Amino acid sequence: MSTRAAQAFRDSGEVVCAVRGLTKTYPAVRARRGAPGTPEVRATDDVRLEVRRGEIFGLLGPNGAGKSTLVRQLTGLMRPDRGSVEILGHDIVRHPERASRLLAYLGQESTALDELTVSLAAETTGRLRGLDVRRARAERDAVLDELGLTEIAGRPLKKLSGGQRRLACVAAALVGERPLLVLDEPTAAMDPVARRAVWSAVDRRRGERGTTVVLVTHNVIEAETVLDRVAVLDRGRVIACDSPSGLKERVAGEVRVELVWRERAPLDVPEVAALRDRAVESGRRWTLRLAPDEARAVVSTVTGGAAFAALDDFTLATPSLEDVYMALGGAAEQGLVKA
Amino acid sequence: MSAVPTEVLPGSARALDGPVVGPAELAPPARLWPSLAAVYRAQLSRARVARIPLLFVATFQSVGIMIMMRGVVDGEGEAQAVVAGSSVVVVAFVALNLLAQYFGQLRATGGLDHYATLPVPPAAVVLGAAGAYASFTVPGTLVTAVFGCVLFGLPLTNLWILLAVIPLAGAALSGLGAAFGLLAPRPELATLLGQLGMSAALLLGVLPPERMPEIVRFARDLLPSTYGVEAYARTFSASPEWAMVAGDLAVCAGVGVISLAAATWAYRRAAVR
Repeated sequence: MSTRAAQAFRDSGEVVCAVRGLTKTYPAVRARRGAPGTPEVRATDDVRLEVRRGEIFGLLGPNGAGKSTLVRQLTGLMRPDRGSVEILGHDIVRHPERASRLLAYLGQESTALDELTVSLAAETTGRLRGLDVRRARAERDAVLDELGLTEIAGRPLKKLSGGQRRLACVAAALVGERPLLVLDEPTAAMDPVARRAVWSAVDRRRGERGTTVVLVTHNVIEAETVLDRVAVLDRGRVIACDSPSGLKERVAGEVRVELVWRERAPLDVPEVAALRDRAVESGRRWTLRLAPDEARAVVSTVTGGAAFAALDDFTLATPSLEDVYMALGGAAEQGLVKA
Repeated sequence: MSAVPTEVLPGSARALDGPVVGPAELAPPARLWPSLAAVYRAQLSRARVARIPLLFVATFQSVGIMIMMRGVVDGEGEAQAVVAGSSVVVVAFVALNLLAQYFGQLRATGGLDHYATLPVPPAAVVLGAAGAYASFTVPGTLVTAVFGCVLFGLPLTNLWILLAVIPLAGAALSGLGAAFGLLAPRPELATLLGQLGMSAALLLGVLPPERMPEIVRFARDLLPSTYGVEAYARTFSASPEWAMVAGDLAVCAGVGVISLAAATWAYRRAAVR
């Protein structure tokens, strides 16, 4: 994913975005008629991060982990209760209005652009980013071409599919160069072609200008392929921060075994019954995290004898970021989205 | 644009925590007029997608009101009030009601984040949207006025005054609409406020004032759309009192300045929480 130039920018080690002690608590909401109250929620809890120039830095975590709150604080949209955010040497907590002159932000919502055509959405965003008409149009054309949107440039975002609409929003975010891109789930609902277009556009900016990217995602596979470093968030706290491979090494001693039974698990086989306590069950599927020796024993049990008759399918896999998340004690029982 | 001193690029010394560099140069902000023009143009283009609510509904409503009032109205004075009122109600419907809904929706869904993370002056966003919504009312107001004049047999001579009434009443009402939308904590409340404002403009603007009780007439005087209605209604007479017309329009302009300033303040408040 990374080019040599981007590597050189990363090696400079310059900190583009430094977050220290960032804390934000949403006050408790009293119950009203028809709406139950919610207790006080600490959306970000003493978050400390450093994002270096030229890297794609991921924020990974389940829904409600505080990713979007953190990003809103980075972009000056929300004031933290405590802590500091420094972007390229500017204090964003004290001067939130400077964020818009340092970074481009792609939020999850596109309501501001929905009724515009793809072309006008990109051009207008460029002009509001301070470009004059000629530059905004030139950059619009270049970005639409780069992302393969030229053919649908004249169509309103509202009339596009979810993935195409998202791609048009990415285009708007890329018009008018910024040294830092903050992207909140940019490739949600996109097909593989569109995803590839997004990542190659991002990579080109990284290679040519050392653009830094902060990426919110809960897509584990994408996280493993595109991120240089990732902070795993859980209930507002950063529970780990490393490269994807560095994180995976922490659980290198484990293997994930997935067993899919035809109808139900053959609990009359004593070895299978013994495994039940350690398995995460979801319908016919059992997921186990085991040491390699144990995994080998399980596989030989279920591929022979009575258990095999009840087995539909099984997989053995090396750990993914999802396993890391689980091993680190992530609270969300559903784990992360694997799509 | 990125202002990384060359000495921090490869080969430089690296501190443990990463080198701390002086503040980077900020990208230039968007200037007021160009960004206002960009927002205005973008908003105006929405009429292509949302043609029916933005351009037609208000006109149908006003034409319907005039047809209904046809049987009740007696005397030229009342006819003038009805035609002028119905024309300005088009402005109230779009600039006040629909703009309140638009900003309420934008705020509730996080759409304001888009503008708030661009270096654009708040006034450009508010004025651009308000200007576009005021522009949406031009065809409807003209159609309503012409239809009304024909229906009630009023002169079309001074119809041009609408070219002053629409932008000035438009400014006053769209400023109110934007402020409602941006201040309402929930989108339903924004819709409610917009609807109430529009209903007030409708009831107090269309019905001839002579028949109203004192207190209602006082409420009518508080409503900015009233002055747009009055300004237009005065021009039907054979020799209009132009000073009074100018006075009414000045009230619209004054309220417009205040309400748009309030809306800009409300935008700032809504954008960063």
